[in-house]
Amino acid sequence: MQDVVLALLAKEPSHGYDLRRRLAAALGPLGETLNAGQVYVTLTRLEKAGLVVQEREDAPVRGPRRKVYALTASGQERVAAWLAETTGPRADVTEFHLKLVAAAESGLADPLALVAARRRELIRNLAEAQRAALAHDANSEAGLLLEGVALRLQADLRWLEACERTWAARAPRGKGGGDG
Amino acid sequence: MSRDGLRVRGRSQRRGAKDGPDAGPADRHPGEAAGTALRAVGLSRTYGRGENLVRAVDGVDLDVPAGQTFAVTGPSGCGKSTLLQLFGGLDRPTEGEVWLGGRRVDHLGERALARLRRRAVGFVFQSFHLMDELTAAENVELPALLAGASPRTARRRAAGLLDRVGVADRARHLPSKLSGGQRQRVAIARALVNEPLVVLADEPTGNLDSAATHDVLRLFDELRAAGQTLVVVTHDERVAATADRVVSLRDGALADDIRLGGDGGTGLGTLLGWED
Ligand SMILES: Nc1ncnc2c1ncn2[C@@H]1O[C@H](COP(=O)(O)OP(=O)(O)O)[C@@H](O)[C@H]1O
Ligand SMILES: [Mg+2]
Repeated sequence: MQDVVLALLAKEPSHGYDLRRRLAAALGPLGETLNAGQVYVTLTRLEKAGLVVQEREDAPVRGPRRKVYALTASGQERVAAWLAETTGPRADVTEFHLKLVAAAESGLADPLALVAARRRELIRNLAEAQRAALAHDANSEAGLLLEGVALRLQADLRWLEACERTWAARAPRGKGGGDG
Repeated sequence: MSRDGLRVRGRSQRRGAKDGPDAGPADRHPGEAAGTALRAVGLSRTYGRGENLVRAVDGVDLDVPAGQTFAVTGPSGCGKSTLLQLFGGLDRPTEGEVWLGGRRVDHLGERALARLRRRAVGFVFQSFHLMDELTAAENVELPALLAGASPRTARRRAAGLLDRVGVADRARHLPSKLSGGQRQRVAIARALVNEPLVVLADEPTGNLDSAATHDVLRLFDELRAAGQTLVVVTHDERVAATADRVVSLRDGALADDIRLGGDGGTGLGTLLGWED
């Protein structure tokens, strides 16, 4: 949660309410379980840790100048590190999804590059599981476990394919065809 | 000559040898002197023209070293089958070159190409493509006969290979009496019968359930261990993950190239969740 909130602030300083709206949009029905309080608690923690500061909005579209949250230098560093770190074979789908959303919104990383890197990592993992699976009788206990591990990695790879399609279609320069 | 005669890439075809990897000395196939088995240079294949132009394969450069297994992955329509057909001389490129075992083949005449295809390439397809009116053994013998083997030699090779792929007891059955997995194993035996330079497989597990897929992957793994060059086109990540190298195709062009095997993996412990 902290990393996601930080990453969403990388695009521009935002009000807590806007952050919550963007998170809810990225999370769909899962976002409905997110209450406003959680976002503010997270923001307060981040402020204490020196990763964000509150400042006055420069030019409100309308209404009074509200207080917005902005990243500090160390907050920016932490966002960059979060986007760059690989997530490990058992990473959570939601976290990776939010990483892609945050990468695209902040412009700090290319979601398609993140997808490609994760894909390479998962294929390596799958190769390992698959090699082990082939070395065991599929009906043995070990074979059954390895089957489960391989199927889960395969499911993650299928989902990455969908991620690639969606983010490629949204890429600013468009992908595929002619000169790109 | 031994009783069974046939040797495929260093594996004797003795009965009963299928229970484990028998580590025999690796005989080298004449065409397999370490080097490039298959090479594509600037390979393109377009269909249609003008507004309807489809770049099915778009500027692919690829070297498949002898003895390596390659997987080509990508979403449906990205050009996998077209690429494989160009590799195997079933289709001709619009641009670029295909080399098989050090010989440029895309310019060959129809007859020379057909001859080369029979001897140098073994095909495996998603839907098996066995001849319905021939028995399993006859299906395997046919390409050997077409390549000029004597009936006796063809029979002997077919028997050895059917044993090797684990369907010796089905040799006299028609394909319609075999399960999908058995049919594909017969098709793999057929692909191997002329000791091809390269085996090209297009979605070989696409019509198989997971147990039969497992069998085919085991078989591919044995072929790999025996030094058979193999290019498998698949959208099944588990099939791709058994190759030495995985290349991704997107809109007809190579998008990624992953070398597998060796060290550098995460370790099964992490996969199983023990190191979290
Ligand atoms: N004979 C053909 N005529 C016209 N278009 C074709 C023909 N064969 C393939 N294509 C087109 O070329 C592209 C690649 O097809 P294919 O190689 O079959 O992809 P894949 O095997 O990856 O699903 C697709 O857009 C397909 O519609
Ligand atoms: Mg295809």
